Amino acid sequence: MRNLVILGCGTAGTMITNKLRHRLDREEWKITVVDRDDEHHYQPGYLFLPFGGYSRDQVVRSRHAFLCDGVDFVTGAIDKVDPEENVVLLEGGRRLPYDQLVIASGTTPRPDQTPGMLGPEWRRSIFDFYTLEGAEALAGALDRFDSGRLVVHVTEMPIKCPVAPLEFTFLAEAWLRARGLRDRVELVYVTPLDGAFTKPVASAHLGGMLEERKVHVETDFMVERIDPERKVIVSYDEREVPFDLLVTVPVNMGADFIARSGLGDELNYVPVDKHTQLSTAFDNIFVIGDASDIPASKAGSVAHFSVEIFVDNFLAHIEGRPMTGAFDGHANCFVESGDEKALLIDFNYETEPLTGKYPYPVVGPMDLLKETRTNHLGKLAFRWIYWNVLLPGRPVPLPALMSMAGKNVPAAEADEKEARDAHHHDRQP
Amino acid sequence: MPTTTIDSHEFHVDDEGFMTQYDEWTEDLGNVLAAQIGIEMSDEHWKAIRFLRNDFPERGETATLRRVATVGGIPTKQLFTLFPKKPAKKMAYIAGLPKPRGCV
Repeated sequence: MRNLVILGCGTAGTMITNKLRHRLDREEWKITVVDRDDEHHYQPGYLFLPFGGYSRDQVVRSRHAFLCDGVDFVTGAIDKVDPEENVVLLEGGRRLPYDQLVIASGTTPRPDQTPGMLGPEWRRSIFDFYTLEGAEALAGALDRFDSGRLVVHVTEMPIKCPVAPLEFTFLAEAWLRARGLRDRVELVYVTPLDGAFTKPVASAHLGGMLEERKVHVETDFMVERIDPERKVIVSYDEREVPFDLLVTVPVNMGADFIARSGLGDELNYVPVDKHTQLSTAFDNIFVIGDASDIPASKAGSVAHFSVEIFVDNFLAHIEGRPMTGAFDGHANCFVESGDEKALLIDFNYETEPLTGKYPYPVVGPMDLLKETRTNHLGKLAFRWIYWNVLLPGRPVPLPALMSMAGKNVPAAEADEKEARDAHHHDRQP
Repeated sequence: MPTTTIDSHEFHVDDEGFMTQYDEWTEDLGNVLAAQIGIEMSDEHWKAIRFLRNDFPERGETATLRRVATVGGIPTKQLFTLFPKKPAKKMAYIAGLPKPRGCV
């Protein structure tokens, strides 16, 4: 009997557990999944909580209820992995030996990493919305907020769901407008990036949307500390942004057990091959979802698309065959823009988010990088798909690898792609 | 890919002038690139640039400010003093490395 141990039972961990249980011989492989608790949170739902959109019971379920039969679910805190001895040590001394290990322990906001963030103003005038408690507390604060400076702040990249701070800003703007408070509130978006988003076409588009909504954008802002008494955030180059209500996205870091195990980089992410997600250091450790260092968005859609490629690769790898699947960093994200509309972006390692139609050319029905009601309904419908299709590992009729079909390619990129293709053809035998 | 010429040496750069070929860089060229963006190189500057140069082949990407601080041992505050305003970009420019990807 061989042991597959999976660390983390969130989006990625649950999907691969269910898919692998159906593909691995039950007589030959035992599957054990570890998580610290039995609460599975639908994290995209946090975005709507501050505006009274969802309630707690719509975003929390039990983890084990989504696992198929024939899987051992262990609740416990992970002390460390000993990759030389092929064993996971839990706090309290329990040992879980493995033949293959999959790390799916995600990434977590760490307000403790920025001086002053967890001070006396934490959850009084300083809030996060990437935790259930934070989003719920923020709902109360927004309800009491009727004038002043509302500052939305990103501490450091990468963060999970990198569009969420923009979505929050759009939703807050629409929400204030609906309440007749927009004229009494100054909205500021503070980012360490040099624009609204990371990639040129999307950044210009989303930046334009902030401008239309009269949101002031403070770019290249690397926060050094927060002064809770004066209610200002201070950058390393000594700029200050005052706030009455601060909605911050703290530094995101991988799990501490990864650092204790010597497996992580400076943010506790595990270095992997970006196409196979096999650890660069150990031949029997894979890393799925937000826990790895792949240069893709830390998002459920990336986890989902990568799992499709991972499962076949994993089965080949344990049989000693070469892994032939190559994940392309495909991400697909709805971006709520307020007033019951949303945009959709679809991109990968090589191709930035572009305008066009998704998933089918011309007919869509989704529009890329364009605010529509259909996209908003798609985002709302996704919660049902998540619980009922995605987590159980049922097939989703969307291709795992990104497709260029339906995308409008900007001139410069088209030229470059043509040159790449021509070069590629030259090398054909 | 565009190229540019400094001291009669031609090398490859991207649209924003960041060098694209790791091996085309020399420390002399680093001095010239630094001068172009108004930075006079000191030992402290070189400590940071050499860390970036040594880190790149292993990681395949330009080190972030956090990495220079935690792994390279140069505090972020000091990086802002040495390379004012946009230290990550300025260091990459001088070190002849790709512009740091703002992540995704």
